[in-house]
Amino acid sequence: MDLKYSPAEQEFRGELRSWLAEVLPSIGPKPHVDDWPGRREFDTAWQRMLAGAGYAGINWPKEFGGRGATPTEHLIFLEESERAGAPYVGVNFVGLLHAGPTLIAEASPEVQQAHLPAILRGDEVWCQGFSEPGSGSDLASLRCKAVRDGDDYVVTGQKIWTSHSEVADYCEMLVRTDPDAPKHRGISWLVMAMDSPGITIRPLRTIIGSTEFAEMFLDEVRIPVSNRVGAENDGWRVTNVTLSFERGTAFVGDVVDALEVVGELSTLAKKITRHGATAWDDRALRRELAHIAAELEGLWALTRRNVSEAQRVGRVGFGGSIFKLRYSEIRQRLAEVAAQLLGRASLAMDDLDALPNARFAEERLQWLNLSIAAGTSQIQRNIISERVLGLPRERQ
Amino acid sequence: MDFLPTEVQEALRAGVREICGDAFPRARLGELAASGAGFDPALWTTLRELGVFGLRLPESEGGLGLGLGDAALVYEELGRALVPGPLVGTLLAAGLPGADVGAPVSVLDVSAEEPGRTLLVEHPDVITSLIVLDGEDVRRVDASALATTPITILTDPLTPLGAISTLPASSPVDARAATWRLEGAVLTAALEAGIAAATVELAVQYAKEREQFGRTIGSFQAVKHMCADMHVRAQIASVAVHAAAVTLDDPSIGDPVRAVASAKMLADEAANLNAKTSIQVHGGMGFTWEVVVHYYLKRGWVHQTQFGDIDTHADAMAALL
Repeated sequence: MDLKYSPAEQEFRGELRSWLAEVLPSIGPKPHVDDWPGRREFDTAWQRMLAGAGYAGINWPKEFGGRGATPTEHLIFLEESERAGAPYVGVNFVGLLHAGPTLIAEASPEVQQAHLPAILRGDEVWCQGFSEPGSGSDLASLRCKAVRDGDDYVVTGQKIWTSHSEVADYCEMLVRTDPDAPKHRGISWLVMAMDSPGITIRPLRTIIGSTEFAEMFLDEVRIPVSNRVGAENDGWRVTNVTLSFERGTAFVGDVVDALEVVGELSTLAKKITRHGATAWDDRALRRELAHIAAELEGLWALTRRNVSEAQRVGRVGFGGSIFKLRYSEIRQRLAEVAAQLLGRASLAMDDLDALPNARFAEERLQWLNLSIAAGTSQIQRNIISERVLGLPRERQ
Repeated sequence: MDFLPTEVQEALRAGVREICGDAFPRARLGELAASGAGFDPALWTTLRELGVFGLRLPESEGGLGLGLGDAALVYEELGRALVPGPLVGTLLAAGLPGADVGAPVSVLDVSAEEPGRTLLVEHPDVITSLIVLDGEDVRRVDASALATTPITILTDPLTPLGAISTLPASSPVDARAATWRLEGAVLTAALEAGIAAATVELAVQYAKEREQFGRTIGSFQAVKHMCADMHVRAQIASVAVHAAAVTLDDPSIGDPVRAVASAKMLADEAANLNAKTSIQVHGGMGFTWEVVVHYYLKRGWVHQTQFGDIDTHADAMAALL
């Protein structure tokens, strides 16, 4: 049980820290959340800078152009990037963290060559076409159908939650290629060019009021059979292979950020007055922040345990589900403390009285997604109780 | 960085678990409580001969030369088995000059007590001395000088208590009470993490066996989701304890006060909530003396009061924010 970083890891951290300090001042302001072309430009410009410095595809194998960093170095990369205020992965999320790793594991050399270098350089943006209006937690029930016609699949159906689809070049698609097979065995994984005729994008307005993701309607979209990754009807296995790339680092930036927010709110509480004293004089509020800090320390310890597991045994087990379940609750609690501190200012998304109310009003809504996206908290509890604790499945 | 236990640490943990399973099977809890003893001398001797209490002493002094990280793993197992006795005080006292390593020692932090309230000494009949934490001082009171009145009906039948209004005068043997409090808190948190883990096991085992409405109750989401939440609490408490223990071993890793406060808060809460949830999963039987879960709940309550309760550690954490 060693939490000390090796000399090599410390050297990696030092070099990264110097590079971030050198380049971040040159980065312009973040574009508005609804300015999708601006966001693409901002995020891909950062990706090009990472590529130039040898940090692109930090966790990708070297043979595919990545850095081949260890899980611990990946943790250090995310920790330092967050502390330095570096841009997030943004529109490069699906390409770098989902589609890219899937191509590395399963695609033909031609398909790999066509996309992987472009993803790393920030030249190609991907989105994800997995969920459907009728297939959320039960993803394998998806119905978007693909019918063979010569050398093409003809795809018709509807996808939802396709983040970044407005500016994406490609979409990783799960489609139903055999409607008669059991649900997990009739799915295929396709690469779809977003400029194909027959694709209609309708932005979905989120609870925050912005357009973070969209619905995608597909009307007889033709996708070459050569764009299939893995065998026909083997797409469910292909998409699960992607999960094996997870190395416990998914929430490193989030937990580092949350710990910083605890510090910021404590500082704010010492300045702000409520009920005739500073908010910090309220022992209940102090203790609530202390409880949240304690939970985040636990989650930071869990992160390092998960990353160590990935490093030693190559995969992370169910530590990710444990992390996500608790982190979702704690982050939402943290947003409530901010609202309590800010009082009625938390009702305004314009800044008032030099308070950070706009940011925290947005976060209070934003973090509601944590217990829903990427497996709801209820699905995480099913996973833990069935696969870790061995309790029987509700339905056979 | 490799935060997983090493192979040697895994072997240590497995060894202690096996010995506890043999020497103190869960059925012994009821037998011991029924006997009114609240202490198992044979078990204590086994642990003492194994070197549990001297494990932090250098090998030249007959110890195992191990750190608090290793001790935390061992104490998690002792907590899981609900081994009775003044485990934490005995390990900490082993480091005092001239200590009779493994002789039972309880600890009382008088700085945490309200003036005028009756003091409660744990295991008064078996301890050889009581360590008193008083401000910065660590004082030692010989057990023969302690005239305590036994509490006749105990909440935790396996933690006998003696009441005393004033402690006899004693001189300091050490001035590192702050270190005692931190180390005591992390070892107590390790016991709590063990309780949190054991109560999940008990609930899951019961949920797999108990049938209602024609199916095992563990197949109902209302039940299995409670078990999942228990597992999450136990796991996070455990890693927080490990992080705190290794931070005390090497403070270059981080702030020990922050790490220990986090560990004690999370572990106290995990033990308490998991024991209560486990009782809920056991239904009516959970409310009886017949199943063992209540012993875990009650011991967890004892540990909550030791080496700083949740509020004390929350205040320590808040002071660092």
